Amino acid sequence: MCGAPDQAVSLPVGTDLGKQTVLAGRVVAGGAPVGGAFVRLLDGTGEFTAEVVSSASGDFRFFAAPGTWTVRALSRSGNGEAVLNAEGPGLHQTEVAVA
Amino acid sequence: MSREDVLVSTDWAEKNLGAEGVVFVEVDEDTTAYDGGHIPGAVKFSWTTELTDPVRRDVLSKEDFEAVLSAKGISNDDLVVLYGGNNNWFAAYAYWEFKLYGHENVKLIDGGRKKWELDGRTLTTEVPERKATSYTAKDADLSIRAFRDEVVASIGVKNLVDVRSPDEYSGKIFAPAHLPQEVSQRRGHVKGAINVPWSKAANEDGTFRSDEELTALYGEAGLDGNKAVIAYCRIGERSSHTWFVLRELLGHKDVKNYDGSWVEYGSLVGVPIELGASA
Repeated sequence: MCGAPDQAVSLPVGTDLGKQTVLAGRVVAGGAPVGGAFVRLLDGTGEFTAEVVSSASGDFRFFAAPGTWTVRALSRSGNGEAVLNAEGPGLHQTEVAVA
Repeated sequence: MSREDVLVSTDWAEKNLGAEGVVFVEVDEDTTAYDGGHIPGAVKFSWTTELTDPVRRDVLSKEDFEAVLSAKGISNDDLVVLYGGNNNWFAAYAYWEFKLYGHENVKLIDGGRKKWELDGRTLTTEVPERKATSYTAKDADLSIRAFRDEVVASIGVKNLVDVRSPDEYSGKIFAPAHLPQEVSQRRGHVKGAINVPWSKAANEDGTFRSDEELTALYGEAGLDGNKAVIAYCRIGERSSHTWFVLRELLGHKDVKNYDGSWVEYGSLVGVPIELGASA
């Protein structure tokens, strides 16, 4: 479970990465994945857009649009955030470290 | 009406687990969340089958509401304490439906399941057994429920509050970014509606903002405190959250939830729709 983020993100059948902008990533604490974290997607102005709960392997995923996004995670291990610049459609990945 | 009448803290909830006459009820958007762990002693309501009619698009009938509460072992004089995931969206919807059928003694856990989990409090997979009751509901209180004709008639007359995200309001998208797009025929918002996303009423841990912050929020958005209010969203659950804020926390007298919401309104022929961001 260590090393580079999983590149083989599972996406719903029919997801067209030529058209859709997918933001995905993993919540980690000290390198270990954090499941059950509350992951909030904030737009370029810091406004709340959506919230999901990370999977047991710490993974999360949003369908968004091109732009600058902040992914903020809240968990019992602490909070943290990361900024993602999605210049266009496709899969955009990040890791969010909480402490 | 004050916060203590309609909200309990996670701390209060933990201290009152198992208390006589108190029933904890979990309602989630993800109807499997309860099965993976819930507050000890809490019973589960599935919003798709136990709060809405399985055939018609509607809340439960009075008789079905009575049957569900009786089967869950809830009595007329029990204090029902609701909580759920996703910042209490569906718990707020359940709260509204309990009030609709005249169950006065009902409260929300401030912050819901998220706050409980972030606090590091206990969850269990043990499902409680409760003895069936014989619950009697009152006739639906339509002073808190708006139907489509009233919404159309309220354009320019009452406050219409669209609580969806700015992109749903402006007509850019049909549904929130993390959900499949349940499609109405048209995008946009009810003519003249103001846009105050439900999320602005909550802190990031899911608790409600202070009365002062909430009053400022709706005031700045142009809500006229002397006029009645109808809140709507996509299917009526996020607007229950705002209905709760306006009526139960801020004490506005005449607030209705339009549970038909955009999925209904955006499919009606000939009704006034506007596109574009709020002014």
